[in-house]
Amino acid sequence: MTTSTLAYRSAQTASSDIAIQSNITFNCRDVNLFYGKFQALKHINLRMERKKITALIGPSGCGKSTFLRTLNRMNDLVRGCHIEGSINLNGVDIYKEMDPLVLRRNVGMVFQQPNPFPKSIYDNVAYGPRLKGITQKKVLDEIVEKSLRQAAIWDELKDRLKKSALGLSGGQQQRLCIARALAVEPSVLLMDEATSALDPISTARIEELVNTLKNKYTVIMVTHNMQQAQRIADNTAFFYMGEMVECADTHTLFNNPEKKQTIRYVSGDFG
Amino acid sequence: MSRNIKWRREFTGRGLVSLCGMAIVILTLAISVFLLVRGSETFVTFGHSLSEFLFGMTWKPADDMAGGGKVGAALFIAGSIITSMVALLIAVPFSVATAIFITKISPELGRKVIRPAVEIFAGIPSVVYGWVGLVVLVPWIQELFHLPQGQSILAASVVLSVMIYPTITSISADAIESVNPKFLEGAYGLGATRWQVIYSVLIPAAKRGILTAIILGLSRAFGEALAVAMVIGKMKAFPTSLLAPAHCLTAAIASDMGGAMDGGELNAALWSMALFLFIMSFLFIVAIRLIGRKGQANA
Repeated sequence: MTTSTLAYRSAQTASSDIAIQSNITFNCRDVNLFYGKFQALKHINLRMERKKITALIGPSGCGKSTFLRTLNRMNDLVRGCHIEGSINLNGVDIYKEMDPLVLRRNVGMVFQQPNPFPKSIYDNVAYGPRLKGITQKKVLDEIVEKSLRQAAIWDELKDRLKKSALGLSGGQQQRLCIARALAVEPSVLLMDEATSALDPISTARIEELVNTLKNKYTVIMVTHNMQQAQRIADNTAFFYMGEMVECADTHTLFNNPEKKQTIRYVSGDFG
Repeated sequence: MSRNIKWRREFTGRGLVSLCGMAIVILTLAISVFLLVRGSETFVTFGHSLSEFLFGMTWKPADDMAGGGKVGAALFIAGSIITSMVALLIAVPFSVATAIFITKISPELGRKVIRPAVEIFAGIPSVVYGWVGLVVLVPWIQELFHLPQGQSILAASVVLSVMIYPTITSISADAIESVNPKFLEGAYGLGATRWQVIYSVLIPAAKRGILTAIILGLSRAFGEALAVAMVIGKMKAFPTSLLAPAHCLTAAIASDMGGAMDGGELNAALWSMALFLFIMSFLFIVAIRLIGRKGQANA
């Protein structure tokens, strides 16, 4: 938790101190989300564990990506989007008690399509720190190196930091985007089908990377790939038709699910 | 018989289209060659040097075949360049700001009100701009700065800036709209404010398109004759201040070509000015192409 987030917390939250000590990062209670009149999320109740990988799975259009985007308020940018219920991050309501800009620095995001800016590799990673007002070259150099190392791409890129990021391969671009997200020192990393545009080798490297990241970060990932969820997720939540049907540890959800819809989905009956 | 019809269907259309295409190419080439021939007479027939034409301060061409006058066109060239540049300085901030406003800040208002208004702006004939400039702007400048006359470089630049504003605005808006939203999402995702997203990601990503828009605006300003001629004052003196009356290439050609004797030195010098305009617009187009190609290589 960064100091800036602390500044946004009101003094009243004795209960949230308990939440901070507990192992829950996000606690979502009765979340409903509407695009205009269309209800995309229905009564979502979900808790996510700190420093664990949580996978959100489900067929296309089930609301898993929409839900992910409520966690860093990216849906605020969508016209006509309206949300009810509460989402707490470390005990703080992110819609009522937190500036979205502060939230997004604390909750980084990696997108489906690798989206490095049309700038140099260095400037991509330094973008977030610069937004925070860091201008000293030495400090930026350190952040860039540290972030690229964390994303396991420093050795590949250290000699071409000034080159355009658009010249990298898709897999490299995605790892650069992970480094860019880590550079603002978030506590949570959201990944929106971050490997679906990549080849199997690049996908394997990103999965490996995500596995090491959970030592420090909470990772919440949307995936349409059930094998991927089984390979790396600690917990998995199954979404269907805008509802969160079932959430459990990954092994249980795939091998011993409770709900009929989950059984049908994980056995490949539909999807 | 049926083969014949098929042949006709297939090839008459194609032939016609090819013919029209060829005609345009030939016409362009013909105009280029014609301008080159007539424009070079100043230098070939009358023996003036290129540097005299470009940098010479004395404009006194003889209106006969004997020649022997001075063809220093620097005052016209300077007038054209200065008015166009000042027009750009005025128009670009407004245009780019409008483009950002109608695409990212208030797309609703932009689509329904501002864009159509800008398009109407672009369709107004230049004589109208010139006339309004002459009747409204010129007296206003005269009064504001206590000048003997209001016709000036400033008046021409302001009129030109209004004329090129719609061009730069709509092309910049297209460029901004075509920036992939995934870049903007990436920036928002890192905690950027809307303004930070605009200046640190959106504008850099759209800069080639905006630059193209600016060059097109410049090219229009450089080539505009009528409106400028009405408000620039047509004074054959090297421009010394923004408030001084001046002259420019297009206005000079338009006002003197009727009286100049065919084959005379004045006539040849005017053709050289036309050739100069032609070469400039050619260079503008080359610049736009180069920008486009570089953009493709980077995308």
